[in-house]
Amino acid sequence: MEKQVQYLDEAVIRFAGDSGDGMQLVGTLFSNTSGSVGNDVNTFPDYPSEIRAPEGTLYGVSAYQIQFGQKRVNTPGNKIDLLVAMNASSLKVNLPHVKKGGLIIANSAGFDDKNLKLARYEKNPLEDNSLSDYHIVPLNISNIVKEELKDSTISPKHVDRTKNIFALGMTYWLYDRPLNHTEKWLEGKFGKKADILASNKKVLKAGWEFANKSEVFKTQYKIKRSDMKPGHYRNITGNNAAAIGLVVAAHKANMPLFLGSYPITPATEILHFISGYKQFKVKHLQAEDEIAGVCSAIGASYGGYLAATTTSGPGLSLKVEAIGLAVILELPLVIIDVQRGGPSTGLPTKPEQSDLFMAMYGRHGEAPLPIVAATSASDCFDMTIEAARIAIKYMTPVILLTDGYIAQGTNPWRIPNLDELPDIKPKFVTNPEGFAPYKRDPQTLARLWAIPGTQGLEHRIGGLEKEDITGLVSQDPANHQKMVNIRAKKIEGIANDIPLAVVEGEQQGDLLILGWGGTYGAIKDAFDKLRSEGKKVSYCHLKHLNPFPKNLEQILKSFKRILIPELNMGQLKSIIRSTYMIDSIGLNKVQGLPLKAYEVEDKVNELLKVKE
Amino acid sequence: MNTVVDEIRFRQHEGTVEYTPKDFKAGIDVRWCAGCGGYSILAQVQRIMPTLGIPKEKIAFISGIGCSSRFPYYMDVFGVHSLHGRAIAIASGLKVARPDLSLWIATGDGDCMSIGGNHFIHACRRNINLNVLMFNNEVYSLTKGQYSPTSQQGQVTKSSPLGVLDDPFNPASLALGSGASFVARGYDGDPKYLQYLFERAAKHNGFSFVEIYTNCVIYNDGAFDLFTRKDTRNEHSVMLEHGKPLIFGDNKDKGIKLDGFTPKVVSLTDGKYSVDDLLVHNEKDSTLAFILANMTYNQELPRPMGVFQAIERTTYEQKVEDQIAYYSGKPGAGKLENLLIDEDSWEIK
Repeated sequence: MEKQVQYLDEAVIRFAGDSGDGMQLVGTLFSNTSGSVGNDVNTFPDYPSEIRAPEGTLYGVSAYQIQFGQKRVNTPGNKIDLLVAMNASSLKVNLPHVKKGGLIIANSAGFDDKNLKLARYEKNPLEDNSLSDYHIVPLNISNIVKEELKDSTISPKHVDRTKNIFALGMTYWLYDRPLNHTEKWLEGKFGKKADILASNKKVLKAGWEFANKSEVFKTQYKIKRSDMKPGHYRNITGNNAAAIGLVVAAHKANMPLFLGSYPITPATEILHFISGYKQFKVKHLQAEDEIAGVCSAIGASYGGYLAATTTSGPGLSLKVEAIGLAVILELPLVIIDVQRGGPSTGLPTKPEQSDLFMAMYGRHGEAPLPIVAATSASDCFDMTIEAARIAIKYMTPVILLTDGYIAQGTNPWRIPNLDELPDIKPKFVTNPEGFAPYKRDPQTLARLWAIPGTQGLEHRIGGLEKEDITGLVSQDPANHQKMVNIRAKKIEGIANDIPLAVVEGEQQGDLLILGWGGTYGAIKDAFDKLRSEGKKVSYCHLKHLNPFPKNLEQILKSFKRILIPELNMGQLKSIIRSTYMIDSIGLNKVQGLPLKAYEVEDKVNELLKVKE
Repeated sequence: MNTVVDEIRFRQHEGTVEYTPKDFKAGIDVRWCAGCGGYSILAQVQRIMPTLGIPKEKIAFISGIGCSSRFPYYMDVFGVHSLHGRAIAIASGLKVARPDLSLWIATGDGDCMSIGGNHFIHACRRNINLNVLMFNNEVYSLTKGQYSPTSQQGQVTKSSPLGVLDDPFNPASLALGSGASFVARGYDGDPKYLQYLFERAAKHNGFSFVEIYTNCVIYNDGAFDLFTRKDTRNEHSVMLEHGKPLIFGDNKDKGIKLDGFTPKVVSLTDGKYSVDDLLVHNEKDSTLAFILANMTYNQELPRPMGVFQAIERTTYEQKVEDQIAYYSGKPGAGKLENLLIDEDSWEIK
């Protein structure tokens, strides 16, 4: 059969099935292959919070969405071009996200009476014509792999487990991807189990061949390689990037690394990664609770380590007292808060940006500290290093805000050459002459760092207010005022040491979109689309939230209206107003979902209409 | 490349390590109430410090909040006066990072057993080499007199005007039950014995817990008189000595005998029992340690004082060091390139 070839700028596909169907795996393999052929990629794993949800149920559906394209891909995409649905529940849950006219490959073996009942379908949707808006391809993948592997020695259970690889093979034909990257991965994974390796390779190839020969697939889609900067790349999650960022920051500072942490979704993977870095001499303590997590990190920092603690909302609540201690002790500490929906236990696996207030104000007393935020999965690497740089240079705890969306999603990360990254220079004091614990660098106002073990520098510090310079306990009214002022000035001064904010589009005008943190991709997509339509709108995205870049006020004053989209009820909006007395328009969403580009587009279009 | 921290960690002390107790005095006024048991504890710590042979810069005192937690300010070594209950958590991180340091924690019954209880039990189980000196005065003093987790039932305090209803913790049993490898009890009025316990704690390679009955002259004066005053202590307390039978009484005329697993008091003068029938203390026997610690609130029995248990077990920080030495010693270990570029990476040319 003659196949047509169609060129696309980008495509969105989603693998969906039961928790045990291996959807996360094939999603990862597809995105790595797409990266390796030079596409930009952005992914979002969407899996249940239950560990082993009952088979076939609606709440046990696990999915993995990938957007890949020729140009810069900033988000995992909105509507799905291709849905692979391994059972009835996965179809039901994901159908609302499929484009009208989109392709659905459904494993008909997953639509038996039992599965239909679990998915609460009265009739089989593959047979009742209810999916006429879509291009539906029902295939009994279970039977196909059974037939393919009829001569194999592997068990029937293992045969059935290759369904996902067969589906992956089909998608590789549909989007013209090579098999070699996946084959190499299979060899690494099953190298010692020859029969399983051979079966998976066979099924992968069979999937590709099936799609190639099948009459149902009339079109093959091609996406040209992106214009990406040369170098080594890998798809990386935000949590992995943060963990590597900590190791690299310690390396650049020539300091040993310590992580004190307590497991909490969706931050736990950072602890997982770090605990496996013993070959890099990284120490960690899985503490008895969140408080001990941060306190042990403070102890290690006191001992001269680059120390970090990782957490999510409820954990940050528990850590705030100790963070206040780090503020007054003036010790460096990196606190990574992977934000999730709150309050309380809230939505543990879902993203939100609602910890900004707590990062900014969530301590008793006057206790300012620097706050930075990452814009994407790979940016978690850069911003972790930035948090460590500020912490060490200014002798202060720093909060890095990421969120469950960028922490668990991936995008290609251009692996840096370590020499490209600037050194971080901790200022340890070793000379007892003229030493005082709260003597400061006149430029940064950071105090000197004298660690235990340094002969002649024995001294005491603590949570009671310190006398300026000597660090002795002081209740003196004027001294307290002075110390509060110094600590505030130290943090404010960091504004001189961070990049200026950048405006895309006109530098002044009617409407500016101001974003921060993990919503970058969605806003950027919306902005690019609006600009391509000739709309007059500008965009500025913040990664430094305390202090703000020095030029932010000037930027904000150059626009008549400011739109601030954020996944909270207006926290940045409120801080901007209280800092600059500048009002703005909020686009606020707290649904446990990432921000979508069309939501920003719609809002901007609505605002632009008002002007007309 | 060696880090600065490694350099400091392995640096030799310049000059000799010879000190007098005065060298450990920070030179600032001690601000406990006149007659507070804390003074004795401070003096005994300062007395034993020169005997340990540890350079001053390698010693740090970490404390939480409470009267006892002022302690670091009075010692001319490194010190952190931290948060209520968190001294052990902070010291745990410090010790894992810096096993070269001799770490001491000054804490109280409220700080250690109440708000810091979770950190306490976990440090016990991990066997981190920390020396925890718990000033037990059975009352909250710095907040001016509320009952603590070691206050006795019926005790009248500002927050229990009609008497405490709670059952108290028995600190020694709690420490043993949590896996502490060294557990001892002493009291403020016996300087020589406190020095002995502090030396033992310092030399014990593992988690050391020393409960010190500490008189609070203001809010709980005389709470331990029965066990500490010259005229009553012989009849009401028993000294635990490794390898020796448990004998007590003004005339050394009573002993402790095990009846099954239950200790009971027997007379050595009525001809029924001799010293040979008595329970002989063994610091290495953790079953026995539980039995002895559980004598604590039994009115029929003398209060046990001394070392309940001293068992050697690999410390947590040593295990961390061993794991790091093993994995960082493998061929190719420590190459950051291997962390950055993984099997899934690709190159764009």
